[in-house]
Amino acid sequence: MAVALGHYLTVAAILFTLGIFGIFLNRKNVIIILMSIELMLLAVNINLVAFSTHLDDLVGQVFAMFVLTVAAAEAAIGLAILVVYFRNRGTIAVEDINMMKG
Amino acid sequence: MIVQALTFYLLAGVTLASGVMVISARNPVHSVLFLILAFFSSAGLFVLMGAEFLAMIMVIVYVGAVAVLFLFVVMMLDINFAELRQGFLQYLPVGGLVGLIMLVELLLVLGGWVIQPQATAVAAAPTPVIANVSNTEALGTLLYTRYVYLFQAAGMVLLIAMVGAIVLTLRTRSGVRKQSISRQVSRRRDDAVEVKEVAPGSGI
Repeated sequence: MAVALGHYLTVAAILFTLGIFGIFLNRKNVIIILMSIELMLLAVNINLVAFSTHLDDLVGQVFAMFVLTVAAAEAAIGLAILVVYFRNRGTIAVEDINMMKG
Repeated sequence: MIVQALTFYLLAGVTLASGVMVISARNPVHSVLFLILAFFSSAGLFVLMGAEFLAMIMVIVYVGAVAVLFLFVVMMLDINFAELRQGFLQYLPVGGLVGLIMLVELLLVLGGWVIQPQATAVAAAPTPVIANVSNTEALGTLLYTRYVYLFQAAGMVLLIAMVGAIVLTLRTRSGVRKQSISRQVSRRRDDAVEVKEVAPGSGI
């Protein structure tokens, strides 16, 4: 293992921060927000796999697979909700979503 | 060794740069394409770490399914993206502040943290020697024996997501002409053709 664990963790930390920053930056665009969430889940996966391979414990990789599953499910449901919302309103602006109540 | 380090820096740099482009690209289609690049290069990082199976799953699931789904939705919906970008600079300071605090916190945690020496001894599922058992085989052995219920639960999550996505987006449209096979088959000659007796010299 030539590259130290800290390097991978740094990459994951920066990627996670980018995800959070993206959510703040694109407050109106749901698609970019969903993509930012995907970036954050990717960062979590990098962390899990890095620890798993450096501590020689396979459970981390099993858990990363479940994170992957949940990420795929979340993307599918999120985009389905987005499509339905777009059909109803003709826009995907986030700040109008609270008008959907009732 | 040096090749490994160079590969790591290349892949990490591409991942982070495309992460920046995902959140800052003007066109969402470009965002999705950069997301694909980020997933791809992080799959390369996984290979570098020695988790080949997860890297391939990453390429298949994220690049092949999730990112293409994003691309499909972005291109299908006719959205005025310029309008959605208003307020981009307005949110920049607070977002930057929160991101910076988050990053500093994470890096502080990273700086003042060590692994206990006996941590590898108490591993829940120690990785077998790579010469004997490949990563895929070891992962499969673990997943289908000790974690089989979790595996089933993951399948259930995917099933529910699939049903949910279909239920959400399915709509019955009125006024669409469809083929009705039972009506076609049950149609008799008498329904369509009528024989009339026409008297000579007069019309019907």
